[in-house]
Amino acid sequence: MSLSSLFTIFISGMLINNIILSKFLGICPFMGVSTKLSSAVGMGLAVIFVIFGASVFSWFLYYYALVPLGLEYMKLICFILLIASFVQFVEMFVKKTSPSLYKSLGIYLPLITTNCAVLYVALDNITQKYTLVETIVNSIGVPAGFMLMLVIFATIRERLDSADVPEAFKGNPIALVVAAIMAIAFGAFAGLV
Amino acid sequence: MSEKKQKRSFVSEMLYNNPVFGLYLGICSSLAITTTLNNAIGMGIAVIVVLVLSNIVVSLLAPITPDEIHIPVYIVIIASLVTIVGMLMQAFTPQLFSALGAFIDLIVVNCIILGRAEAYASKNNVLDSAKDGLMMGLSYTFSLIAMSFIRQLLGTGVLSMSNPMTNAEIFSLRLIPEGYEIGIFTQQTGAFLTFAILAAAVTAYKNANDKKEVAKQKAKEAQA
Repeated sequence: MSLSSLFTIFISGMLINNIILSKFLGICPFMGVSTKLSSAVGMGLAVIFVIFGASVFSWFLYYYALVPLGLEYMKLICFILLIASFVQFVEMFVKKTSPSLYKSLGIYLPLITTNCAVLYVALDNITQKYTLVETIVNSIGVPAGFMLMLVIFATIRERLDSADVPEAFKGNPIALVVAAIMAIAFGAFAGLV
Repeated sequence: MSEKKQKRSFVSEMLYNNPVFGLYLGICSSLAITTTLNNAIGMGIAVIVVLVLSNIVVSLLAPITPDEIHIPVYIVIIASLVTIVGMLMQAFTPQLFSALGAFIDLIVVNCIILGRAEAYASKNNVLDSAKDGLMMGLSYTFSLIAMSFIRQLLGTGVLSMSNPMTNAEIFSLRLIPEGYEIGIFTQQTGAFLTFAILAAAVTAYKNANDKKEVAKQKAKEAQA
């Protein structure tokens, strides 16, 4: 396992297989929180932290508890519980340390539990048979891509608010059209590695 | 209000309370797996099964579930059901299982299911909850079919379906001649674009209907 292969995992997680544009995961917070730049940054950081923590814990849980006991099929239930409790912890932490951030993230903080990206990364690390180091790199690269998208998107949407959009396309539909165009742009990263 | 609701037809009810295009729930899977009709229907049925069963179990357990931990309890119920459905699909419809891939597991985090458990099943009796689950599941499936219909037709020019158990073809129709299909619709861009247009169409329908109802109300008031 060389440094370059780790770099490949990072770049492919962040750009080539961008979790939002090519895997279609984590769209709910992507639509909901990306209206303001500040909450997009906050949400992005929270997701990076949660995905990183949850994936590493899940990795240990899988290889040191489920595999020795022969309970691999229980991974879905165990991982989701782990993620739920981890998110609860982060929520309490943010509430204590930064009430203003807590207010602006609102409903989306507990909803990180049902952010498919978190569960997907935890499961994907197992499916790809990543080692611990690879898991760590992947679990930072993927949410970094998520945050990148969230921030780019928030800046675009701030301008969209003042644009003249057909009545029916106002709000989410026009945002999805923007996402479609961005998917073309990110398509150019395919074949980079 | 409830009378007015009952008057609405099945289809308009589906459009009004559509979880996907109206409330933007469960978008992830509807964007990802709607490349073919087969995938859409398979996913839809899996979600209906999980949704109905989870609504039933949640409404049965609601009276004895402590309030502080109700979310974890619901998640465990849903995750167990998804594990069961996933195992059944792996055994009986292996092709479909591999086509849907990780998205079977990700039914757990489909916001519709937890949303209905929290908003409806925990407060209503078993029969109503099952009915609600079926209704929501059907409108989810309906949305998936609409998406995949457009994407498969424009992207490949062929509409086809096959039996997921045996993989035998049920029907296959080439509606757009070869060389004229728009390949981008099978890709990510097409998914976002199709979704955006359908969501806008549903919004436009709602707006037009609401205006009509307001006009009716006004006419009634003028008469009185």
